[in-house]
Amino acid sequence: MIRFENVSKVYARGARPALDDVSVDVERGEFVFLVGASGSGKSTFLRLVLREERPTGGRVYVAGRDLTRLSSWRVPALRRGIGMVFQDFRLLPNKSVYENVAFALQVIGRPRHVIRTTVPEVLEWVGLDGKEKRRPHELSGGEQQRVAIARAFVNRPQILLADEPTGNLDPTTSLGIMRLLDRINRTGTTVVMATHDDEIVNEMRRRVVELSTGHVVRDEADAVYGRREEILPAVGPVAVLDAPGRDVPVRRITVRPEPGDVAAERASEEAAEHLTEDIEREPVSEPLEERSSAMSGAARATEEA
Amino acid sequence: MRLQFVLAEVLQGLRRNATMVVSVILVTFVSLTFVGAAALLQMQVTKLKGDWYDLVEVSVFLCPEGSAVPTCADGEAGDEQVAAIEDVIDTELGDIVATTYFETKEEAFEAFEARYPDGYQGTQLTVDDMQASFRLQLADPEQYQVVDDVLTGRDGIEVVEDQRAAFEPLFVALNRASIVAVGLAGVMLLAAALLITTTIRLSAVSRRRETGIMRLVGASSLFVQLPFMLEGAIAALVGAVLAVVGLWLAVQYLVADWLARSVDWVDYVSTTDVLTIAPLLLAVAVALAGVSSAVTLYRSSRV
Repeated sequence: MIRFENVSKVYARGARPALDDVSVDVERGEFVFLVGASGSGKSTFLRLVLREERPTGGRVYVAGRDLTRLSSWRVPALRRGIGMVFQDFRLLPNKSVYENVAFALQVIGRPRHVIRTTVPEVLEWVGLDGKEKRRPHELSGGEQQRVAIARAFVNRPQILLADEPTGNLDPTTSLGIMRLLDRINRTGTTVVMATHDDEIVNEMRRRVVELSTGHVVRDEADAVYGRREEILPAVGPVAVLDAPGRDVPVRRITVRPEPGDVAAERASEEAAEHLTEDIEREPVSEPLEERSSAMSGAARATEEA
Repeated sequence: MRLQFVLAEVLQGLRRNATMVVSVILVTFVSLTFVGAAALLQMQVTKLKGDWYDLVEVSVFLCPEGSAVPTCADGEAGDEQVAAIEDVIDTELGDIVATTYFETKEEAFEAFEARYPDGYQGTQLTVDDMQASFRLQLADPEQYQVVDDVLTGRDGIEVVEDQRAAFEPLFVALNRASIVAVGLAGVMLLAAALLITTTIRLSAVSRRRETGIMRLVGASSLFVQLPFMLEGAIAALVGAVLAVVGLWLAVQYLVADWLARSVDWVDYVSTTDVLTIAPLLLAVAVALAGVSSAVTLYRSSRV
């Protein structure tokens, strides 16, 4: 699904490469954590997949396309197949939850009746039903990130990229977001997530690709975060928040989860169960369910292998 | 769906940048009014030339008694000289001169008396004070210089006069006025182009978040940029429409209702002429906005 072949990226002439001879192969339906200190090249990796940057050397293949040869007018088509989630959510403050998600479909010219059915569906799926009319500032951080995920997922992308999606969230809320990403992954969507959150990585036990100063230093399946003091030597064995542009790491403070997130999580679980029941009853009636059933096929195949 | 969405975006952008949009409209309005005024002045000049040049002639005045001009050393032009001149006109200027008419002293006196029955400025003139002349109607009035070159300096001809010369000061004034209008229009158009550029950039900055997300979810560049281009185009078009309305009112009330009544022997530009140049003004506005936004967007927002 995503293949990096000896990819290098140098931003400024003479500067240390952000990525240096990186080769990584991500299969369809995989869940991959990208870990590494700030400046190790995680964000560059994601930007290359989105073709926000072109590699200085090597080749990047995404969904069968060679991005190094992709002409710029084909970039929008590429991005329609990729969802992206950020640490700072990037929602439109003057639009409601519904409008924020609908915006992603409007701007790629989806017909109105499609938007009218798809948006409530995906909002329910991420556990935000009943909050369609709220503005982002009226939501908790976890709920805002759910909106952002809904927006990234509403077009049913094959790939979901997440750059520190839990970076601004407390551990319990983060867990809810991770469950959601996991659920998205189980529909067959390839998920690549850059993170510093060792608890999450350790708990999920998925493939971990560790970057250090632009090199892949570890690539393990079912892995753990690793030794924090090695990955983040400047910080030591304590969890940190990684805010881009902020060099001084801040100690993570455990806070109580916001009630909105707990409710959202519960609603989302229910919606997902509901959806699973639907799938069992009627396998191919809705696009989302199609993906789910296709995925379970893929999962079975993986198990067999 | 798409169209509706784009229009909603455009409206939102126009509202958000209201002051800039108003300034674009005003600057375009003023600049295009100057462009239109220059065009109308040129149309007026053409109309006047068309009307008046058909009426005017080249007068070849023959030597009267006692002229000080060297070609008149022999005194009043005799029949021989007149015949020689007529021959020259026929042979050398046959292509240029459409009709030739010989006006005798007597005819000139009759015409004079008809025009000034009470004498000219208190003096009583006689037939002998008049000059015989050839009246030449030119096929192309612009060819006057050739006639002048051929005839001036010949014996028996005192002076060659182009009646058009009487109008020249007026045409010079009108032409200079249009040059001034074009110059001002140029400056204002430049200002309009710069303002449109700034407006688009401002609009793009204030909507950076939206456009960022649009790019991220795979909206095409055209779709991302179209609202900005339309904003500039709409503002410029409104300015052009205002300019057309302004010119129409000016022609209707200043020219048709006032000037045409006080000086009624002239054929003036009409409101129809304003409507003729309206498409030109609208096209200039669209081109202006198009070029400005293409330049801005090419520089500022690439995928």
